[in-house]
Amino acid sequence: MDMTDFSAVQSLSASTETALELTGVRKDFGSFSALGNIDLQVRQGEMLVFLGPSGCGKTTLLRIIAGLESQTAGSISQNGRDISWLPPEQRDYGIVFQSYALFPNLTVAENVAYGLVNRRTQRAQIQARVEELLTMVGLPTSAKKYPSQLSGGQQQRIALARAMATSPKLLLLDEPLSALDALERVRLRKEIRSLQQQLGVTTIMVTHDQEEALNMADRIVVMNQGAIEQIGTPQEIYEHPASAFVAGFVGKVNVIKAKALGEHAFECGDRGLRMIRNPVDGSSDAGDYRPGSEVRLYVRPEDRIAEDITDATPNQVVGVAGRVEFLGGICLVEFDVAELGKTPLTIQFSLNQMHDLNIVPGVRIRFALRADRIRVFPA
Amino acid sequence: MQASSKLNPVLLTSTRRSLKLSGGDILARVLLVAVAGGLALFLLAPLATILLRGVLDNNGNFVGLMHFRDYLATPSLKRSILNSCSVAFAVVFISVPMAFFFAYAINRSCMRFKGGFKFIALLPLLAPSLLSAIAFIQWFGNQGVLKPLLGGASIYGAPGIILAEVYNTFPHAMMIITTALSLADARLYEAADSMGTGTLRRFFTITLPSCKYGLISAATVVFTYVISDFGAPKVIGGNFSVLSVDVFKQVVGQQNFGRGAVVGVLLLLPSILSFAIDSLVRRKLQAQLSARSVPYKPKPQSAFDRWMTVYCVLVSILLLSVVGMAIFSSFIKLWPYNLELTWRHYQYALLDGDLSAAYTNSLKLGFLTAVFGTTAAFTGAYLTEKSRGLGSLRPLVHLMAMLSMAVPGLVLGLGYIMFFNHPDNPLKFLYASMSILVFSTIIHYYTSSHLTAVSALKALDNEFEAVAASLKIPFYKTFLRVTVPVCLPALLDIARYYFVVSMATLSCVVFLYSPDTILSSVAIMNLDEAGDIGPAAALASLTVVTSALVCLLYGWFSKALINKTQAWRTCTMH
Repeated sequence: MDMTDFSAVQSLSASTETALELTGVRKDFGSFSALGNIDLQVRQGEMLVFLGPSGCGKTTLLRIIAGLESQTAGSISQNGRDISWLPPEQRDYGIVFQSYALFPNLTVAENVAYGLVNRRTQRAQIQARVEELLTMVGLPTSAKKYPSQLSGGQQQRIALARAMATSPKLLLLDEPLSALDALERVRLRKEIRSLQQQLGVTTIMVTHDQEEALNMADRIVVMNQGAIEQIGTPQEIYEHPASAFVAGFVGKVNVIKAKALGEHAFECGDRGLRMIRNPVDGSSDAGDYRPGSEVRLYVRPEDRIAEDITDATPNQVVGVAGRVEFLGGICLVEFDVAELGKTPLTIQFSLNQMHDLNIVPGVRIRFALRADRIRVFPA
Repeated sequence: MQASSKLNPVLLTSTRRSLKLSGGDILARVLLVAVAGGLALFLLAPLATILLRGVLDNNGNFVGLMHFRDYLATPSLKRSILNSCSVAFAVVFISVPMAFFFAYAINRSCMRFKGGFKFIALLPLLAPSLLSAIAFIQWFGNQGVLKPLLGGASIYGAPGIILAEVYNTFPHAMMIITTALSLADARLYEAADSMGTGTLRRFFTITLPSCKYGLISAATVVFTYVISDFGAPKVIGGNFSVLSVDVFKQVVGQQNFGRGAVVGVLLLLPSILSFAIDSLVRRKLQAQLSARSVPYKPKPQSAFDRWMTVYCVLVSILLLSVVGMAIFSSFIKLWPYNLELTWRHYQYALLDGDLSAAYTNSLKLGFLTAVFGTTAAFTGAYLTEKSRGLGSLRPLVHLMAMLSMAVPGLVLGLGYIMFFNHPDNPLKFLYASMSILVFSTIIHYYTSSHLTAVSALKALDNEFEAVAASLKIPFYKTFLRVTVPVCLPALLDIARYYFVVSMATLSCVVFLYSPDTILSSVAIMNLDEAGDIGPAAALASLTVVTSALVCLLYGWFSKALINKTQAWRTCTMH
């Protein structure tokens, strides 16, 4: 490991045992292929997040796992049991939707107890379980209220309690936070995550919000056009994107046109840029490109050196500061770097650096692109 | 099987599989097939029989379009087509603008008594279409009070039909246009105001275009209504022949079923055409509906509001003078010679065995259609909207549900005689029973009920069924515990609709009643034919009053029930 994988700390709760396994799952709508050959193993107790733009097939995949849609081909097994062709009633999961889907004419307690009643549980037992669940989601006094009397975030907590009532082995969350306002979203994000870890329930969440995914997941499955682009911890996904799509979709990135010169050197515009291997483990995301082949260099706004630059610092450039995007503690500054071509580079500074380096529109600044952080993908 | 498919993924991909069915899935499929089968049996089969009968001779030999050629070669019958169409066009051009301004007043002005005006405008729905014709005869007929106003012209014929049908179609047009007007986006008006747009320009550039589809839809509904209505032309048409009365004469008068089938098919054509236009337009209306818009709220403008009130008062007087004349006639000894008030006609209507039987039969029909029609329409809509599987059957059920609107009642009734009275039909026992009246009425008014149910169901969260399935609750439990209670207001609306239309329906049942199951609308027709205007008016008034009472009762009952069961609706966040 080149450095601490922060997200690895979060995944303590997840074991290596497989809770759910998808093999060659495919979904065609007529001649259109919505999902192509998905192979995936979900570990016991982990929080797995399907992340991708709308239409990438993430929701379809979740609905196939839930049995709400059937796959064209492929198999699914849960804890060793083949559930590929079972109707939803015979699978073992709880589900939470973006729209909450609470029954409007039933009270909160009746909603939560909805799945318990069918199981011939004693009334007192049901009531105790409902109370326990409501306490778990932090709404112990709402039992007698109707859903319309609760805020969106509260309703989603009830939906979560209802889904967990029967203690399913698998929890499916279909964009559970998308309908909430920004503050509520962040609060519920933490709550769901800590609840999930506390209960140790294997969870699959679908989202299009990368911040949500990076923040909550043990592992992220990045999807695009019905295929999996990359599976990894949030940090792996961010720091070592496996494809140009992932690099562009997760986090901000500058894309620079370049030509390979061999030996991890590239030419962009009228100057050369160099990549170096990781000094610790010798790994490199630069790949081996034949000299002369067209490539794209991906540089994140924060992967730059702005202070203490010496003549020995590689990949130095001079840019003219342009538009400044003020984001509070950090700022994004657009630089025109003549030597790298016409596309401006977006570089990130802390607010303090903005003052220290006196960065205002129009000034010329010397900075270097970090040779160990540049990613290279074919053009 | 599963083990081998695991070993051999190629096998798996080569065979299309679907999920195993749960018990609930099987039940849902059986019910959906039952709904589809019911619609096929009681709508498609009778229709197909008519179409078939049109190309066969009396001995069952195929004769192609011979009947049609014969029919079109008869000048008097060719005239019927022309008459039907010209009358229908005339009614469209009077009824739709009249209804438009009425709806405009209700939607866009701040006049008072809107509720009262709306109630009066809807009154024509409560009566059989015969009532208006009888009332216009009392006003303008040979012994009419206002006959001198006609200056020697006769009300019998086109003028009478047009007047009666304008009255009958007014509420239909008004309801559709009101819906269209209520969809207006207030922001468009605010934008226009901020640019200083004049009132007239605003009306022509925003108001009219935004309810264009509503107007087209209203026009087609009115046109179809007039073409297929049978009550009014039968009573006031005189010698002016129209298609619908032709069918009746051919079948009941001459027992010529082949000819009847031919006219029935001809009657079906304009209906199918306007149905096609209407469903096309409705789709656009739906798109408008789902778009996000801010509802328009009118501001008081004293002059405009006053003129609108004057207009609505005038129209209301006209409408009330029709139903009022019918009620008045029912209390008069012998029009116009003896104007003494009397209960005699009501005594006759309620004590005479046949007439009181007709009235109770109508009540029975109303009650049975309300119960079974509502159940069928709502269950059918639920299964098509919310259940899984049988993908190809769903659009078919929906199509059949929509088709029922396009079939004129006379044509449906004729199809029922031909289909259910066929010696080889095992369902022949239904013929001449109360059941067949119930079935035909349910089918005849299925479209509106289905659409009401569908739109109520569409307002529910799509994932209720998915959540219930994940909690291992069978669908029917969720249906009874959540779907039905939440949709209760819509269910009550459908039931009331079925009751009211069953009380008034004539065209669909006129071929199907037996002496034991005679209905009040049919009895009114027979009384009118015999010249017994008093009792006819009494029975018609009784129908109107019954329906009005039932509507009031429904309103009161559903309010109480909704208050009791829909507490969740009124609760908001504190």
